[in-house]
Amino acid sequence: MDNSEGYAIELCGIVKRFPGVVANDGIDLKVCRGEIHCLLGENGAGKTTLMRVLYGLYRPEEGKIILNGQQVHMTSPRAALNHHVGMVHQHFRLVPTLSVEENIVLGLDEGTGPFVNFRKTREKISSIANEYGLSVDLQTKVWQLAVGQQQRVEILKALYREVDILIMDEPTSVLTPQEVDQLFSTLRTLVDDGLTIIFITHKLDEVMRVSDRVTVLRKGKVVSTLPTAETDKPALARLMVGREVIFRLEKSPLKQREKILEMNDLHALNDRGLPALREVSFDLFGGEILGVAGVSGNGQYELAEVLTGLRKSTKGRVFLAKKEVTNCSAREMNDLNVAHIPAERIRMGIVPALSIRENLILKKYRRPPFSYREFLDNKEIEENARRAMSDYQIAAPSCETPVKLLSGGNIQKVILARELSENPNLIVAVHPTYGLDIGATEQVRQILLAQRERGAATLLISEDLEEIITLSDRILVIFNGEVMGILDAESAEIEEIGLMMAGTRHKGEEL
Amino acid sequence: MGWETWIITTFSRSLAYGTPLLLGTLGEIYAERSGVLNLGVEGMMIMGAYSAFTTAYITGNPWLGILVAAVVGGAFSLIHAFASVTLKANQIVSGLSLTMLGLGLSGMFGRGWEGKPLPATIPKITISGLSKIPFLGPILFEGQNLIVYLTILLVPLLWYILYRTRIGITIRSVGESPATADSLGINVDRVRYMCVLLGGVLAGVAGGYLSVVYRPAWTEGMTAGMGWIVIALTIFAFWNPVYGMLGAYLFAALYHLSYRLQPWVSPEFLKAMPYAFAILVLIFVSRGTLQKRMGAPAALSLPYTRGEE
Amino acid sequence: MKRRVGFKVERRPVASGRVVFLVSLLAILAALVVAGIFFRIYGVSPIHAYQLILRGSLGSRFGLTETVRRVIPLLLCGVGLTIAFRALFWNIGAEGQLLMGAVAAAGVALFSGLPGPLLLPAMFIGGFIGGATWGLIPAILKVMLGLNDVITTLMMNYIAIYFVEWLIHGPWKGPTARGFAYTDTFPRAAWLPTIYGTRIHWPTLVLGLVLAVVMYIMVTRTRIGFEIRVIGENPDAARFAGISQLKTTLIVMLISGGFAGLAGVGEVAGIHMRLLGPTNISMGYGYTAIIVAWLARRNPLAVIVTSLLFGVIMTGGDVIKVSLGLPFQLINVFNGLILFFLIGSEILLRYKISFLLRR
Repeated sequence: MDNSEGYAIELCGIVKRFPGVVANDGIDLKVCRGEIHCLLGENGAGKTTLMRVLYGLYRPEEGKIILNGQQVHMTSPRAALNHHVGMVHQHFRLVPTLSVEENIVLGLDEGTGPFVNFRKTREKISSIANEYGLSVDLQTKVWQLAVGQQQRVEILKALYREVDILIMDEPTSVLTPQEVDQLFSTLRTLVDDGLTIIFITHKLDEVMRVSDRVTVLRKGKVVSTLPTAETDKPALARLMVGREVIFRLEKSPLKQREKILEMNDLHALNDRGLPALREVSFDLFGGEILGVAGVSGNGQYELAEVLTGLRKSTKGRVFLAKKEVTNCSAREMNDLNVAHIPAERIRMGIVPALSIRENLILKKYRRPPFSYREFLDNKEIEENARRAMSDYQIAAPSCETPVKLLSGGNIQKVILARELSENPNLIVAVHPTYGLDIGATEQVRQILLAQRERGAATLLISEDLEEIITLSDRILVIFNGEVMGILDAESAEIEEIGLMMAGTRHKGEEL
Repeated sequence: MGWETWIITTFSRSLAYGTPLLLGTLGEIYAERSGVLNLGVEGMMIMGAYSAFTTAYITGNPWLGILVAAVVGGAFSLIHAFASVTLKANQIVSGLSLTMLGLGLSGMFGRGWEGKPLPATIPKITISGLSKIPFLGPILFEGQNLIVYLTILLVPLLWYILYRTRIGITIRSVGESPATADSLGINVDRVRYMCVLLGGVLAGVAGGYLSVVYRPAWTEGMTAGMGWIVIALTIFAFWNPVYGMLGAYLFAALYHLSYRLQPWVSPEFLKAMPYAFAILVLIFVSRGTLQKRMGAPAALSLPYTRGEE
Repeated sequence: MKRRVGFKVERRPVASGRVVFLVSLLAILAALVVAGIFFRIYGVSPIHAYQLILRGSLGSRFGLTETVRRVIPLLLCGVGLTIAFRALFWNIGAEGQLLMGAVAAAGVALFSGLPGPLLLPAMFIGGFIGGATWGLIPAILKVMLGLNDVITTLMMNYIAIYFVEWLIHGPWKGPTARGFAYTDTFPRAAWLPTIYGTRIHWPTLVLGLVLAVVMYIMVTRTRIGFEIRVIGENPDAARFAGISQLKTTLIVMLISGGFAGLAGVGEVAGIHMRLLGPTNISMGYGYTAIIVAWLARRNPLAVIVTSLLFGVIMTGGDVIKVSLGLPFQLINVFNGLILFFLIGSEILLRYKISFLLRR
């Protein structure tokens, strides 16, 4: 990389602390002008924090930011924009009820005072959109747009502000493989035009595909910065986690038992009233893990909600061990021993202010021995908590500790302890290892495999394709609410899965 | 009384009583659009009424009274803004406490002022040419006053600002998604302060109008729950100034009718009508309403802290 | 977090009971100081005024009984409100629910024709039903249609007020004296017994104390109490756990409205012996009870203490009016100040300020 012109960005000794954790521990980073620089690391490595420091959202305790040779003080996002630094966040910063053009113009001082010259704005946006192939209808309200289109709006927003430096935070987590291709080609066009791009990711594929150089972060420190051409995936993975990553888990051979779940022609709507599931049919057997692969937003969450009684289906039938359970309530599914490990741990899975022991009986409190008539038996509840905490190695001062004080891994263990304690025959696990560190992730996966040994049927929904491939016995690919195909995990090719995730049916049928 | 005269008088009086309702509603719309629920409107109105009356009495200048009412209402609202935005306290309770304070303070200080006559009020305006227009003429252009006209003009102005200017986009974004607005460099706290301030100023003016123009007189608790109708009206208006105008005049008409129909229908029944009506309207509007199209600002009454999502 | 010279501000994960208590005390003190300014405006020394209030409301026999008399409705409404607030149902309508309870009681007393001994129990049952119904309507509207609970309960207050006005001016009109309207006096059997020589209708007081204890047990030890707490802390998790928001909200408002209704029964059967103007039945008990419940941090047992505090304050209003010629409204100012400082001080519960020695 020719850096005789000097670096576009230099971060020197950045330290950023939060209560209980040092997110960035003395980070030095140099990014050349006109390159795509990947910031690689697993969850919690500090990549997003570092970029938020660069974007002015966080003020670092120590360190300097130097842009094009001059030191700057990033006091706020507005300052960042003044320095032509833009950011496309992982969770889009768009106001759903405003239109596309209103979102693009939001927060901008164009010197026209309070008035917006919409005609000029539209012209400018259209010309940018055409130049980079990012077309979208300007007057639609953002909530009506598909996710890929919303991301385009985000990029347009940054380009409209004439940024030189564009930070992208995990941009592909919500895209299909085809949309990812489109994004990468857009990035190449931008870079050819002189932009500098920093690309945060935890996916090795992307690093190898698109970046010129890559910096690996681990636990808040820079491990290494190297040109992408001089490295490969195993090497990067090693740098990322600090040890040899075992890509395939030790798994006992599949012992498929009797059919536990049968789903027939299921239809359901999502929160917007649009179809989320169409003609979904599959069987699930005891002793196996069926992984559901698909880009986020294609109906997986709705599937989990229908199975656990949190969403009504509009058509179709569901059978649990030959008993019809179509449209049963959450409580009924609960009583039928269906375990649900929810996607949003803190929002849905626990009651943060209540204690560990109270959270552990969140679903069982109605049954003896935890309650007799109307009264709760606190002694039994405590005993249960003690047992669970030792069985699942939940680290906490006592069972009275409010769960909100626990780490992510321990919170997930509380949820697992609660859901799995009654030996469920059906487990619906959604993103069970999301946001957990390596150690906790291992533990959770081992627990799921143990349940598989025991004979439970598990539906594993995850955005981490690798996790699905490693844990599952069979893989179901969902796209646009439809089942694209069900494959055997051992023999499946990742390309085949990717194609199905983007809409190609199994065995080569185009949609 | 002939039917036509009856209708004209009703509408004409609706304009008069609807003005303070509309002023309060316009202010509350802006406050809520920025995400702050202001239940202190009643307190701000009554303080406005009290301060306007005493100022007008002492100085003999009704316009000065209205001005002071605006300042007092604004000052009160700043307290609410401080509690809600800076301290991030519970907005419902903060608003309620300010209403208690407002009612208490005005009742306390206003003790000696009841029954005092106001020497001068703002003049009635009759535009002889326009008042000849059949039907609309006598309603709009006979015997109204400047504040009524200014209020009517405020409606398109505030509508335009909210929907067609940068400021309006900013305000709406702060109320829907403060995290987004913050990440774009918008000072969420400042926007909220300004909107709550506007709400307080308009509420103060509304109260001042009551005591200096509409009656004119001072009685303890004279706003008689108008602040609460404003809260209901804001919802009824879908947080849109134009619908707010329709709602305000509609309720004013109902209020006027309660006196007119007294011989036939019990006055208490009619007095309760606005409140019952507000609930009925809310019920009607809740069905089939797409939350995103017409619903409340998503961040309403939720305090915002950067970095906490 | 920023580090400044001298002190450090950091987030406090959980506030201990002791801290909560101290902060609440601080809020009350702040209100006392600011109210003191108003006393000064009227030329009265605040210390003198507070002394008078305490002596007047607790020191004399008459004062104490007046205080206890006011405690009764505050206690009942307050306990009910703690339950509602715990489930995140913002019941601003205790005032209206109290009035409807009073109406029901009056209806039973005047028109039911029940034999003497059955009258009082029937009135209490009727009052509970009246208040509960009034509270259930906003609850149903919230659960089924998503209507905002603050607005609906508030609106219902005014509907209740005008309903009472209509009754006493219209169909239930009794003898009018001096321009005030009220119904006939209740039959003797419908009068609540009072402690000799006072206006303390002790059955209602006992009822309030018992209910406070019962509610405390309910919240901490029963299934429904657990469900209420879960819904109040995390409605999403409640849904996930299969807890019915509908059922819990209805039960909560049944209790909250019902208890307020009982307070209404106490007022008309214990104090006034008739149905009269709404502002005479309740001097803002429903609203003051909000502060009572808030200060009690939604703990039904603590309401016993906080309702006593506000009973003292309300009696204090009479004291300053009579002894010092100050307006009663000052008490409303004081209440508003306490409430305001209470929520303002909550920031101290979320953040901890620790002082560091500079070396």
